[in-house]
Amino acid sequence: MRVLLVDDEKEFVATLAERLSYRGIEADFALGGDDALRMVGGVNYDLAVLDMKMPGISGLQLKKRLAEICPTLKFIFLTGHGSEEDYRAGSRESVYYLVKPISIDTLVGKMHEAIQKEGTTHG
Amino acid sequence: MAERNALIERGMLILSQLKPAFLRHHSDSGGSDGQILNFRRIWELAILLTSIVTLVPLILITSVDYQYTKRSIESENSLRTLRVASNIRHSISFFFHERLAALSFIVRDSSYEELADPEKLEQILLNLRQSFSGFADLGLINQSGLQVSYVGPYNLLGKNYDGQPWFEEVQEKGFHISDVFLGFRDAPHLVIAVKRQLADGQFYVLRTAFDTERFNGLIANFDLSGRGEAFVINQKGIIQSPSRRNAKLFEKVEFAVPPHSERTEVMDVMINDESFLVCSAYIPDTPYILIVLKEKEELIKVWKGTRLRLIGFLVVSIVVILLVILGVSTYMVNNMYTLDQRRLAALHKVEYSNKLASIGRLAAGIAHEINNPLAIINEKAGLIKDLFTYTKTYQNDEKIIAPLTSIISSVERCGKITRRLLGFARHIDDSVIDTVDVVAVIEEVLSFLKKEAEYRSIAIKVEIADQIPPLQCDRGKLQQIFLNIVNNAFAAMDVGGKLDIKVSYDSQERILVKVRDNGYGISQEDIGKIFEPFFSTKKGSGGTGLGLSVTYGLVQEIGGKIGVESVVGEGTTFTVALPLTASTADRE
Repeated sequence: MRVLLVDDEKEFVATLAERLSYRGIEADFALGGDDALRMVGGVNYDLAVLDMKMPGISGLQLKKRLAEICPTLKFIFLTGHGSEEDYRAGSRESVYYLVKPISIDTLVGKMHEAIQKEGTTHG
Repeated sequence: MAERNALIERGMLILSQLKPAFLRHHSDSGGSDGQILNFRRIWELAILLTSIVTLVPLILITSVDYQYTKRSIESENSLRTLRVASNIRHSISFFFHERLAALSFIVRDSSYEELADPEKLEQILLNLRQSFSGFADLGLINQSGLQVSYVGPYNLLGKNYDGQPWFEEVQEKGFHISDVFLGFRDAPHLVIAVKRQLADGQFYVLRTAFDTERFNGLIANFDLSGRGEAFVINQKGIIQSPSRRNAKLFEKVEFAVPPHSERTEVMDVMINDESFLVCSAYIPDTPYILIVLKEKEELIKVWKGTRLRLIGFLVVSIVVILLVILGVSTYMVNNMYTLDQRRLAALHKVEYSNKLASIGRLAAGIAHEINNPLAIINEKAGLIKDLFTYTKTYQNDEKIIAPLTSIISSVERCGKITRRLLGFARHIDDSVIDTVDVVAVIEEVLSFLKKEAEYRSIAIKVEIADQIPPLQCDRGKLQQIFLNIVNNAFAAMDVGGKLDIKVSYDSQERILVKVRDNGYGISQEDIGKIFEPFFSTKKGSGGTGLGLSVTYGLVQEIGGKIGVESVVGEGTTFTVALPLTASTADRE
């Protein structure tokens, strides 16, 4: 499984990528939408884990653009924010909408489930 | 004694319940109620002004009508008495003129010699008696006043009347009608004398006496209704015909002789402290004055009946008008009050919801801000743990692994708290019908109050019946309902209180949630008001008086029912009945 993590918190996303690699998941990370769009063109990712609120391109906008580039890409939103609008939009546009902090095992489990799910963006 | 007190208390309770809501309203019932209008004052003003504009014209019209009717009746009485007096006067006048004319005819038709002949005079008296009853005698008096011829029961032949006032009057006026007197016969009678003036300047007088029986009968024949009477007096006020009520014949009447007038006159007199209406009429060519007397008391009997009806009508009208004004004013002001209360409640509910929404947003913001650093701590601690776990050297070193696990589990706890906050805040703003597990909502609400319960040693017991089905309901509203009720129960209890929550499912397919505390309880007087906006028993301790009214509104909105039972000193039980399918209609 190859995963792209997008979050503006480098401390978080870099550490998460490293921890995932210990669990056999190949994870790259991007610190914003522009980096993510660049990266997705060169690598064939199975799953993208996106933050909702990021400077520049928001999580939702990024998801739409990534889906255009890579229609088979699955998405999970992982965010610290829990407003109702985010929750509804995030749930609609992704396989899972998860709130930080989350245990690594739960996250890995959800990632596997997301990959298994039929369809392109949400199940 | 106790029974009597209970009865009085019950009576006071009924009275207080009958009292319109705006009169029961006390601005000190807790919280700031934002009341702008003084409904008691509006009510009093409405009653006062409406009463003035309706009652003043009514009283004025009735008073004018009273005066007018009184005057009409008095005038009608006077006129009627005047008419009767006038009729009697004409009859008496005709009576005397008839007799005077008969004598004048005789004295002109017969010569002195014929009249001096006793036989002829006897014949004339006989003829007179046949035509007019009452003639007692007939006499001829010569110029010297000497009675030269006489027929009648007395021996008056040769009697000389010269110098007597009547004889002088007859010489002057040509006729004379005397006062009534007793005379030799000791029977009331009067005298009529007529003078015949001859061409040579000589004269003689024909004189007759007749009794007053016919004359009296003439007056008595007139029907004077009630206690009225008619009689005749002379110009000195001496009674000339019988009177039932007044002085006897030939005595003086008890009132002043009316002044001379050609017309029939009316006056009021007092006789023996009784008020009378007196009609007087001077009878022409006679010394008599006709008096018609009527008791005023008798006359105003009709007026009294009318007056009683008029006053009765006024009193009944005033009572009915006042009752209608009171009823209508109370109804209208009460409606105004109810609408104003609803307006205020709606305003405050919006304020309350806005406040909750603000708190929700604040909680969400804080949760978000905390979640990101928590996530970093989580990942960093996780990474360290991973490093040790995936390195065989430290894999089983509990001294390293245990603190790391503790850090991670603490982060997880914090995460749960922020997630709960976010979850709670999420439901404040929106209104979404969802499938909701009531028990989960109650547990969520209790989780917020768990610490407070621990600090205050409040024992919370939750009993859940088997198979409670899920509800189709607005989760946020349900959260607020239970949070408000449980908060209210906490506020009513001291340290060491007990809170029992029972969830059951009834035969009407409703979920019943009973929240029972063993707090102070609510008095019977207050229990009917606790769902009213701004009503609070937590005076001076920050109670807004809105919590339960908002709760009531929310329960109504989701189609449920809320009830309350309470015993002072024992505690209060709130029962919320929730239908499985919530009403989606917005009831506001």
